[in-house]
Amino acid sequence: MAKTVAATGNEAVANALRQVNPDVSAAYPITPATDIMQRFTSFVSNGKVKTEMILVESEHSAMSACIGASAAGGRVMTVTSSQGLALMWEMLFIASGLRLPIVMPVVNRALSAPLNIHCDHSDAMGARDSGWIQLWSENGQEAYDNTIQAFLIGEHMDIRLPVMVCMDGFIISHSIERIEYLEDNEVKNFIGEFRQLNPLLDIEHPVSYGPLILPDYYMEFRKAQDEVESKVFRVVLDAAKDFEKISGRKYGLFETYRLDDAEIGLVILNSAAGTSKDVIDEFRNRGIKAGLLKPRLYRPFPYKETGEALKHLKAVCVLDRADAFGGSYGPLFIDISTSLYTYSKKPILINKIYGLGGRDYLPEHAELVLNELTEIAKTEKVKTIKEYIGVRG
Amino acid sequence: MEKIFQRPASLKPVPFRYCPGCGHSLIHRLIAECIDNLGIREKVVGIAPVGCAVFAYDYFNFDMLEVAHGRPPAAATGYKRVMPDRIIFSYQGDGDLAAIGTAEIIHAANRGENISVFFVNNATYGMTGGQMAPTTLLGQKTTTTPFGRNNETAGYPLRVAELLSTIEGASYIVRTSVDSYKNIIGTKKAIEKSFRYQIEGKGFSLVEILSPCPVNWKLSPIDSLTWIQTEMVSVYPLGTFKDKIKEIE
Repeated sequence: MAKTVAATGNEAVANALRQVNPDVSAAYPITPATDIMQRFTSFVSNGKVKTEMILVESEHSAMSACIGASAAGGRVMTVTSSQGLALMWEMLFIASGLRLPIVMPVVNRALSAPLNIHCDHSDAMGARDSGWIQLWSENGQEAYDNTIQAFLIGEHMDIRLPVMVCMDGFIISHSIERIEYLEDNEVKNFIGEFRQLNPLLDIEHPVSYGPLILPDYYMEFRKAQDEVESKVFRVVLDAAKDFEKISGRKYGLFETYRLDDAEIGLVILNSAAGTSKDVIDEFRNRGIKAGLLKPRLYRPFPYKETGEALKHLKAVCVLDRADAFGGSYGPLFIDISTSLYTYSKKPILINKIYGLGGRDYLPEHAELVLNELTEIAKTEKVKTIKEYIGVRG
Repeated sequence: MEKIFQRPASLKPVPFRYCPGCGHSLIHRLIAECIDNLGIREKVVGIAPVGCAVFAYDYFNFDMLEVAHGRPPAAATGYKRVMPDRIIFSYQGDGDLAAIGTAEIIHAANRGENISVFFVNNATYGMTGGQMAPTTLLGQKTTTTPFGRNNETAGYPLRVAELLSTIEGASYIVRTSVDSYKNIIGTKKAIEKSFRYQIEGKGFSLVEILSPCPVNWKLSPIDSLTWIQTEMVSVYPLGTFKDKIKEIE
């Protein structure tokens, strides 16, 4: 029987991790993810979990300790944000390259400099090509649900990859919402016993992790890593199906909202999708066919499925809460463009950068964008492809 | 009438926003007074940490550089190599210096960089809400060690001054406290000496300052001072651990 509570995003994720009861966690505090590791250490101290908790001296060491623990054959998790994730960068590639199914909630926060503790997606976007699976969450409920599913996905014997679960810093991590918790035993049964794959210290079957591989085999290794990515979609959908059986909540590779017959649409990640849905309802009430697509599995990115879902629209705005510097567009925009590239008939695309460093994304921003899309759909003329919104000067 | 006490020119005319009873405002003032006394305000650059004192640039009335968590000694090295005639100091807490930035401080000391480091030890991670730091005392309750720090899983208090005093490149390593008038004056003398050594090109110095954190220690400001005297000083004894110049003289 599910239990309904009022909880913050951080509290919900910490509770999911308690229910998972991993073997090892190593973490270093960083705003706004501190709350998760702090709550989790209380579970450790109070004997609510059997986890070996390591209070390390930095995030680089946190991920290194997780890599050691995972290679040893344990179920492992850590949490971080922003600079913490940036400091882990070197180790992120080691974790995915060694195919270690570590789970890591990432509470999205802007990157320095200038120093800022509030929400945007530059942290996780900077790690988008690190070989980690990325699940993104609109609210506390999705963060809780994605955290639980992340273990099943990453630990799947066909996958064995680390998974990041992203949620918006402060906006979700520190806001109290209605959240449904599964029972402890439901979570335990859902994720099942941790199964080891080539663990260290299996004396009969000695292994070496991460040996030097020179030009003779390195490329084959990378190709194998690329091939496993293509299997992730099915595993994510299977996990979602099983999760629906115990929770009643549906998940896919992405969520579509009033998109099937839409003529204009927004593509937007995480909490801002919630704000946008309300505005889409208002436009629908006025007879304008607006819709929305909210990516959930961002890495690997389901290019084919996303393209299919968007190809019939006349105009689409991709809203990025991070910029990809280098004279380029926002990272989500680049992926959406790629997903539509092969279609001869496709929507006109524009890109808005919003909400950096915790700048509010308000319903009027969505309204502004939808008005512009309505005009573009009518005239087929675009003034500016990429533009910052909600910004001075 | 002669004005004999005023705000140092090295502090901006703004109120401190640190918690009541926190040692940062006191230590900021001591640093500012020393800079005024030595007449170096126009050539000083400070490096602010990540931690409670991240806002140091809001209070110090000279140029400040903000760098990533733990990296001030490395950034100070770069700055000093380009501008050797300037006076550069880093201001760092337990998380910055004794945890995430342990490598940087050890190697800046080992190279004998001609910089001053002020290390504020309050035995906890203040800004993130009182988690265990490497400097946390055994048995001390923090938000990540609710039953007290246990050496079996979390190791021992890290004695930075003692550790750095074993490094050949370091010139002046001292531990002081701001728990009493006497020790506040001692802290000021140590800060001034550290700056003077840098002005004279005598190399790397670090002043470790035991400082109260009443909010995270869950003690009153007065009880926090007592806690430094009764608990902290026995683990972190005050004194000069290394004074290379004095030894030579």
